[in-house]
Order: sequence, then C-alpha cells, then structure tokens
Amino acid sequence: MSVPFGQDRIADVMARAVDVKGRSLWDDALRRLVRNRAAVVSIVILLLIALAAVFGPLFLAYDYSYQNYDIVSCAPDWWPDKAVLCSAGGSHWFGTDSLGRDLLVRTLYGARVSLAVGLIATVVSLVIGVSYGATAGFLGGRVDELMMRFVDVLYSIPYIFLVIILMVIFDRNFFLLFVAIGAVEWLTMARIVRGQTLSLKQKEFVEAARAGGVGNFSIITRHIIPNVFGPVIVYVTLTVPASILAESFLSFLGLGIQEPLTSWGVLIKDGADQMETAPWMLLFPATFMAITLFCFNFIGDGLRDALDPQDR
Amino acid sequence: MAPSPILEIRDLDVRFATPDGEVHAVRNAGFTIGESECLGVVGESGSGKSQLFMAATGLLAANGKATGSVKYRGQEILNAPPAQLNRFRGSKITMIFQDPLTSLTPHMTAGAQIIETLRIHTGLPQDEAVKRAVEVLELVRIPEARRRMKQYPHELSGGMRQRVMIAMAIACGPDLLIADEPTTALDVTVQAQILEIMRDLKSELKTAIVMISHDMGVIAGVADRVAVMRQGEVVESGPVDDIFYRPRHDYTKMLLDAMPRLDRPDRAGHTHAPAPTNERTLLQVDDLKVHFPIRGDGWLARTRPLRAVDGVSFTLREGETLGIVGESGCGKSTLARAVLKLLPKTDGRVVWMTRDLGALSAAEQRRLRKELQIVFQDPLASLDPRMTIGESIAEPLRTLQPELGRAAIREKVRKIMEQVGLDAAWINRYPHEFSGGQNQRVGVARAMIVEPRLVICDEAVSALDVSIQAQIIDLIVKLQTDTGMSLIFISHDLSVVRQVSHRVMVLYLGRIVEMADRDTIYNDPRHPYTKALISAVPIPDPRIERGKRHEKLSGDLPSPLDTRAQLNFLKSRLIDDPDAAQYRPQLIEVAPGHLVAEHD
Repeated sequence: MSVPFGQDRIADVMARAVDVKGRSLWDDALRRLVRNRAAVVSIVILLLIALAAVFGPLFLAYDYSYQNYDIVSCAPDWWPDKAVLCSAGGSHWFGTDSLGRDLLVRTLYGARVSLAVGLIATVVSLVIGVSYGATAGFLGGRVDELMMRFVDVLYSIPYIFLVIILMVIFDRNFFLLFVAIGAVEWLTMARIVRGQTLSLKQKEFVEAARAGGVGNFSIITRHIIPNVFGPVIVYVTLTVPASILAESFLSFLGLGIQEPLTSWGVLIKDGADQMETAPWMLLFPATFMAITLFCFNFIGDGLRDALDPQDR
Repeated sequence: MAPSPILEIRDLDVRFATPDGEVHAVRNAGFTIGESECLGVVGESGSGKSQLFMAATGLLAANGKATGSVKYRGQEILNAPPAQLNRFRGSKITMIFQDPLTSLTPHMTAGAQIIETLRIHTGLPQDEAVKRAVEVLELVRIPEARRRMKQYPHELSGGMRQRVMIAMAIACGPDLLIADEPTTALDVTVQAQILEIMRDLKSELKTAIVMISHDMGVIAGVADRVAVMRQGEVVESGPVDDIFYRPRHDYTKMLLDAMPRLDRPDRAGHTHAPAPTNERTLLQVDDLKVHFPIRGDGWLARTRPLRAVDGVSFTLREGETLGIVGESGCGKSTLARAVLKLLPKTDGRVVWMTRDLGALSAAEQRRLRKELQIVFQDPLASLDPRMTIGESIAEPLRTLQPELGRAAIREKVRKIMEQVGLDAAWINRYPHEFSGGQNQRVGVARAMIVEPRLVICDEAVSALDVSIQAQIIDLIVKLQTDTGMSLIFISHDLSVVRQVSHRVMVLYLGRIVEMADRDTIYNDPRHPYTKALISAVPIPDPRIERGKRHEKLSGDLPSPLDTRAQLNFLKSRLIDDPDAAQYRPQLIEVAPGHLVAEHD
C-alpha cells in the first residue's frame, strides 16, 4: 500500500474543495428562501403594499382628511351592485366613507400607521426581549429564576387593562401605543431567547470559548446572540402581524389612533358599522390587512425552513 | 453457505436527490445471506452501509431511489408496496438501530411494545403474547423480566433498552435480524454483554444476522462472513478469516492498519511520543472533588450530592501523556473541566507549577488559560456555526494576547493552520463546509495557537472514523513531540489510550481504581474492574475473539448518586444503608508507579 487511503481522501476532498466556493449559513438560508415560492411572492406583495403606503398618497388627488359632503358613503363607479345610494365618481376608486373622504387614500394612510405600529412594536420587543432573555438564560441559576418570575408576573396582567390604564393616565397618544404593544410582545420573545440560550450555553463551542479565556459579555455578544438569531427572526415575522392585530383591536375599541388620522383597525371598525349599506367600507381595509397578515405568516414559515440547517 | 439464501441482493443502487445534486449512496452492491449465517458489513461513515439495508427493507427516505434486485427467499421485495413488505417486515426480517431510546416509543411500557409487535404479526391472544414477551426478555437475559415489562423506556438503562429492542426483534422468530451499529452508543462492558447475546441468538435460534458496524473488533467477534464497503461500493467480501488475515483490497488493509489494537499498542507507521526526560512536575492534583447538588422531586426535597469526581489525586510531568479511561458517568470529563476551572471544584487542590490554581486572582487565571487548553469530542459542536474557522482559531489569541495586532494574529492563524494540515486559504470557510476530521484539526489548531504547556483531549477522536482518527492521533503526537507539551488524553476507548499514553489511569464512579504505566496496566491489570474493561474491548482478530473468555461484569454501571456503588468491588466493607458514610477504597502501591484500589 503506497499512500494511506485516508490521506488520499483528504487530498481528494481538498482538490474538490478548491473549486467549491465558500458559502455561509446566510447564503444557504437565502438560497432556500428564494426557492420557497410562497415566501417570495409574499415578500413582493408586502413590498408593494409598503411602497404604496409611503408614496401612494403623493399621487392621489385627495387628502386623507378632505371631506366632500356631496358624496357620503358612496360606492366606487365599478361597484357591481347598482342598487347602492350613490356613486362616488371616477376618481374615488375605493369609494368614500361616511364623512365623504376618499377611501383609497385613507386605506393607504391606515397601512402606514398599521405597518409602523407593527415594525416599531416589534423592534421594541426585539431589543428588550433578546437582551433580557439572553442575559437570564446565560447567567442562569437564581438570577434567571428571578428574571423569569418577573416575566411571569407581567404575563399574568391582562394586557388590555394595562393598555387602557396607560391610555387613561397618559392620554391617547400615538407613540404610547407602540410602547404599550411592544412592552407586551417582548415577554414571549424573552422566553424564546432564554430557552435557546439555555441550550446554547451547554454547547461545546461556548465551553471552548471559555477555555480560551473569553469573558461573559463577549460570549453573549459573540456566540449566543448570533446563534439565537434564527428562531428570533422567525418570531419577529409573527410579532409584526400580532402587533398589527393588537393595534386594530385597540382602535376597534376606540383606544387607538385618533381621527382624522386612521389605521386599518379604525377603518375596519367604521366599515363594520355600515357593513349592510356600504360593504366596500369594510371590504377594502379588511382585504389589505388580511393579505398583509398572510404575507407575514408565509415569510415566517419560509424563514423558519430556510434557517434550519438540517433542511438542506 | 446454505443452499437457498435468505436474502439475496444484486446490483443494488441507491441514489438520493438533494439540493446539492444527486448523491449516489450505494453502487452496484450485491451479496447473499444464508440460513443462520452472520454477515458483518463494515465501512466508515458515509459508506452507504446503512442505506443499503434501508433500501432492501423499503425504509428509504422519500428522496431516495433504489434500483436492482433484492430477493427474500426467492421473492423480489425491492420497491414492493408496503402492504406486501409488512407481511414479513417486523416479523421475519427485523431491525435494531443504534439508539435504543429513539427506537422505542416513550409513552408505552417495554412489555406493551413487545406484546403489540407480537399481536400484530402473529395474532396471538393477549395472555399468550404476554407469556411469549417474558420468554424473549429472558432470552436476552433481562433480570426480573416480569417487572421490567411494566417499565417505560426512560426507566431503563441504555444496555437494557437495547436488550428490549433485541427482544422485540426476535419475538416473532425472524429469519433475518439486521443490526445497525447496535452497540455503538453503549459502553464497552455493556457492548460485550450485547455481543454475547447476539452470538447466542445465532447459535440457539439459528437466526441469520446482518451486523452493520464501523468497528472491525465487533465484526471480528460475531461475523462468519464480512463485506467491506467504501463510498457505496462493496470493495471486498469473503469469510471472516480471509478478510482479517488475508485482505486483498487496499482499503481493507488500511482499515485494519488504522484500527488501534489493544493487543498491539504500536500501530504500523505510528510514532509514540518519546518518554518524558524532564522530571519537572507540571500539574499536581490533590484529592480533587467535584460534587453536583441534585435536588429531589418537589419543593422542599433534600438535595443530594452527585459525586462526579470524588477524591482524585495525580501528578503530570512535563512532556508526559496521561491517559484517563472509564465508562460513561465515571467523571472523566468532569475531572478535565475541573482542572481547567471550567467547573467549580468542591474540594481539593490543583497546583500548576508550584502555584495553587484556587488562590489566583482573576487576571492571573486569565494568563494561565494560555498554558492550559482543551480539545473537545464533537468537532462540529465545538465550533461556533456562525464563525469562520479563522475567527474560531483566532479567538483565544484575541482574548489572551490582545496586544498582538490584526495582521500578526492572522499570520499566526495561517501558520498554525498549515501545521495541523489545513490549507491556509480556507480561513474564511465555515465549519459546516468541512468534514469531521478537518473540523477536529480546527479544534486542535484553536487549542495549540496560544502555545499551551498542557492540552486536555476530551474524547478528541471518539467521534471520528478510524482512518481519520489515526490521522488526528498522529497529528497530536507530532505536535507533542515538536513542542514538548503535556497531554491528558481522555477516552472511553482503551485501545486509543494505550496507543498515545505514557501512563494510564482508570476511573470508576469518580475514583481512581488503578493507575500504572501503559504497558503494565494492560499486561498486568490487578483490579477486577480494569480486568473486565480490558477483556471487554473487542479486538479486530477473529481467532482471539473466538477464544476469548470474558471477564464479565453483569448488569449496568451503577448510579453515581448511590454512595454504596463505589464499594462494588469491596463488598466486605459495605454498610448497606444508602445514607451511611461509606468506606473509601484506598490506593495501594503494588509496584513502583502501579497503584491499585483496594478490592476483595
């Protein structure tokens, strides 16, 4: 036997490895995500909705607070049921609401508020939840016990009451809404991150880092947080719709956004009031919200699959 | 060979469609298995040995495709519909897998699972099925079979679970038993017991057995004929003696050469690190104890100490390699971590070159990290998946010698990568792009980059294939010869330990039972546990294996929570009360440097 087989194989692998381009986990994840058709379509739709929300109102003829009392609760021209009271005229594509405002521009403004609530509340929950959860999980023992019991206590407070109390004390405030929703959503995030951290810190590479003299803070930032990113990103895509729903619910109760500013929740509430006489007032905002929520869920699914290295 | 084969495999090809292209797992494989014959199938990971039989029994994953011919008693069964396969799968052809915990349903008792199998396949009435279940459990030598029937899988030890699996597999009187690495997850003494059972099954029940294993020693002990697989191909097959004594294919020869042998410590071409000339003591461990508090059930339950390491003392000289062997739960890894201060010790002293490690300030401790490093068992798990291997190797350097600049660190990383046999151009690659052996080289590089004086290898080669294992061992020994560092080499594999160590220490439930230089301990073991351990190691030599009379340890390793267990070999001093303070067997020096714990 001239060459030991093992070295032969190593050389073989080496030779092949040269032309295999190095790819990171993120490249792999992206490749898998792109292959997931539902996720890609969702991302495109979501981007379109976001672009329309940001730039759409600039190109529309009406302001979101402009009222035209001649065409109150009027259907769009193309509405198939001709038995409606009135027609809003060619330029109101989505018809008008009960104060004669253009429903299209209001739906787009609603999208701005709803998406902003979703994103900001998620960022708030992300920042608090990840740092809190990672710290609790990594330090472990009594500190962990204490920190997580605090989370349990917060969990047990009915959050609608919490928000109502906040609204009563601090007055209805656009910004407070974000904080209130984010402050509730971070609890679950903290639990998820803590659980992940608990299992990560048992991993040999954390022990290896410790044997290499790396301190606690660096281990958390360098090893733990990058590795909890997978599950966290997935949870984020679920938190965004949850926040949008929470805002809608609060607005539905009359605790959210104040007129004339609007959100999908407010629009749906108004629409629901006139569901029988003017169904389009419910249909358009509700459709937009449903599509958005669907998209986020599909993206979440896609990311979960894409970030799982076992699913190759 | 029997006139009509039970299973006849011809031209079997298995392909998997994966996102990275088609994987050709099995190529053109073919062999026959006759009546009451044992076929051993050996090969390293990825050789397709498991997939071959998965395909034959119709258990291939959804993305796999098999072509060729598999005949069971003359009847074509490859790609047969499940309804047809189920007529004999589970009753006439049965399988046992590596991990007995995941193969058993957790919410059903052991007995219920055997009874279910019996009733489905043979239609026996309940009371007869129960009787038969007890019978087969006794056949695999499960003590108190009736009581064990009522236990859930998690209440049984690994060895017991594997016995239950075997019992389930033989319950319906199969023609063919396919055992896929049935002992790989078990300790050597338990492995010896399971292999004994398999040998008896073959002679008593006349069942044909396919034994799939990476371990030539296991195969040597049970197989009549052997097929050697490599990268999906059967490269050589024949009677067991031909394969072991007159191998024809280079790969078979390589496998036999690479396999560390307990009876032949110096592998061909392998260099053993020279005995230390320097008498200077590097590390001194005095009566080290590490206890973990284990809380009982409920809020106010008493905590009991789990004595993972219970009074271990040893010294290590400069340039010396100390091997630590023992079975799972004996405290060998805990001992390593306590020495490195990765775990807090309960009591005792660790002295590093005249300085007590316990009395150091945080800054001094950090400086000491540079001297003491560790290589872990699982090469992939010990590397951060989101860091390039260059970053992983550089990490200890960045922390321990931050005064070095970026460029200097990069230069050092390149140099060490070349030293451990990695291409420096791979510095930006991620661990998942490499094989286990390459990742372990990264692990070695990470430990070596700070130029430590002592490296602890915690099962550093246990997860690797034999050929890769041999390379990593050679690498470690070469680095040791070059740098003159000391090693503590921890492994459950006695053959490997014998190959690299100067002195060997045997641990049993947190205490040393025997310590001597490497030849003495294998040639002249004094303690019954050491003897049992040594005789349990399978040797890749069929004649030796056939002639071997096992020093059997019955049953499983006792729980380290039980303070009485340490006196298993000194029953005369035992106080039979779980709470009593027990006598600790003392070490006696029977010859210069040969310490043996008291025993009956």
